[in-house]
Amino acid sequence: MYAQMITSEKSSDDPELLAAFQARIDRGERIEPKEWMPEGYRKTLIRQIGQHAHSEIVGQLPEGNWITRAPTLERKQILLAKVQDEAGHGLYLYSACETLGISRDELFDRLHSGAMKYSSIFNYPTLTWADMGAVGWLVDGAAIMNQVPLQRTSYGPYARAMVRICKEESFHQRQGYTIMMKMAQGTPEQKAMAQDALNRFWYPSLMMFGPSDKDSVHSAQNMAWKIKINTNDELRQRFVNETVPQARYLGLEVPDENLTWNEDKQGWDFSEPDWSEFFAVLKGDGPCNEERLGARRKAWDDGEWFRDGLTAYAEKQAARRKAHAAE
Amino acid sequence: MVALDLDRQTLFDWLLRLGDNALILGHRTSEWCGHGPALEEDIALANTALDLIGHCQMWYTLAAEVEGKGRTADNLAYLRDAIQFKNVKLVELPNGDIGQTMMREFLFNAFHFELLTALTGSTDPKVSEIAAKAVKEVAYQLDRASDLVVRLGDGTEESHRRMQAALDYLWPYVGEMFLADATDDALAEAGIAPRLTDIQTKWEAIVSDTLDEATLTRPDRRPDVHTGGKQGRHTEHLGYILAEMQFLQRAYPGAEW
Ligand SMILES: [Fe+2]
Ligand SMILES: [Fe+2]
Repeated sequence: MYAQMITSEKSSDDPELLAAFQARIDRGERIEPKEWMPEGYRKTLIRQIGQHAHSEIVGQLPEGNWITRAPTLERKQILLAKVQDEAGHGLYLYSACETLGISRDELFDRLHSGAMKYSSIFNYPTLTWADMGAVGWLVDGAAIMNQVPLQRTSYGPYARAMVRICKEESFHQRQGYTIMMKMAQGTPEQKAMAQDALNRFWYPSLMMFGPSDKDSVHSAQNMAWKIKINTNDELRQRFVNETVPQARYLGLEVPDENLTWNEDKQGWDFSEPDWSEFFAVLKGDGPCNEERLGARRKAWDDGEWFRDGLTAYAEKQAARRKAHAAE
Repeated sequence: MVALDLDRQTLFDWLLRLGDNALILGHRTSEWCGHGPALEEDIALANTALDLIGHCQMWYTLAAEVEGKGRTADNLAYLRDAIQFKNVKLVELPNGDIGQTMMREFLFNAFHFELLTALTGSTDPKVSEIAAKAVKEVAYQLDRASDLVVRLGDGTEESHRRMQAALDYLWPYVGEMFLADATDDALAEAGIAPRLTDIQTKWEAIVSDTLDEATLTRPDRRPDVHTGGKQGRHTEHLGYILAEMQFLQRAYPGAEW
């Protein structure tokens, strides 16, 4: 998922208001921007939606890395359109976040300063064309697991953004799977690339759901607020259950010796990812943290004169109109 | 479909020019994806790149059909070397900053728009059909690019300076678009394509209006310093574009993707 380890903010609001608010959520009502909400709810949502938005735009980079090398004109178009979709997701989510009283520029500042995070998965490199398949299949696939339930989240603008985004994410996943299929059924070199991509992206994809949070107080509060719908473990299990048969269909091997079908739970038992690696990546020591954040900062800094130019022109035009009207 | 007095090779070469301009500019534009100065701009640039790659596919498909040797649009994009590419040098230049990118888009689009508009009246129905599809998208691209040129030219001191520098840098390349050779003459005589001098007149009008509004100065320099791309004589930049673009097709010949 694109929002990992969201701690919830405490609310120091009036207990009666809090209880009434909780009752609305329990009745399944949607909370809309202008309505009263606890400060903790608002702050937690900013963190979650903001992190999700940042993940969409940082997520453009690993796949953007292959746009100029896509192997056919059609693949180039599909990939370009996919990465463009992610920018669009970022746009919807920043807009949803702005309804909570924070500007997009402020959110960017927090991303660039490192105060806000984005999903750990985007700190891994894309090394071969098969990675375009693996990312679509696994990363967009894991994102869907999390985002489909979030279509029912309590905050209206977020839920509506999720509805639009989910439609596109399932396209992305199918497109990724199609690339994997081509590679797995292709030449021996292509099949080897596909297996290698699965080997590299399997555990980082499992990490996307975050460490187990079944005993976390933050998780309990966020679930009560319906800004989190399932525990991380539930979502991870669902993802593994869906993905293992897909990998087998491709003739690829999931890189986990402990993978066994568990008849009782009607699901796969699987190995946990290396959580020390996860925490290292979050802290900034992943393979591509510097590149990813560096690319975002550079785009923003290099674009400053451009944004300033447009603002200055708009101001001049407004002044000209005013002067014209006064004549 | 083809005027009988026009040989296949000439028509093929001319179609490649259209396809190659679209592919190479589309490729350059796609380099921005994920790195734009604002999210809206990132999305718009990706749209432009997508449109251009779509155009090159249509031109290449027709070119391959005219050639009649069983090549595909992908073969033409991925399995030719630099000397076989027929795009103008203007489109292969590096992007530079976003100002240079938009200035190039504007200068090329003003040409591209007028050319495609004229081609909608081509005597060759296949050419006019492709032109009719492409011209709508290019009209939009031209609107957007000229709007940005105006706003940045008349924005801050810095944005003005950068746009003027971009114009000065690109100017010696623009003349190639209008420099007719035997291929262009043959196409014009067959009624398939317009005379490039007519396109140039229209281009001049668009460019001088826009530059005026943008408070930019037309460079006092020959516009046809750097030519030859249409004949396969390119800048050093094209080889790197192709090395990157064609890598997979070259490294794994015959593989399907
Ligand atoms: Fe997305
Ligand atoms: Fe996606």
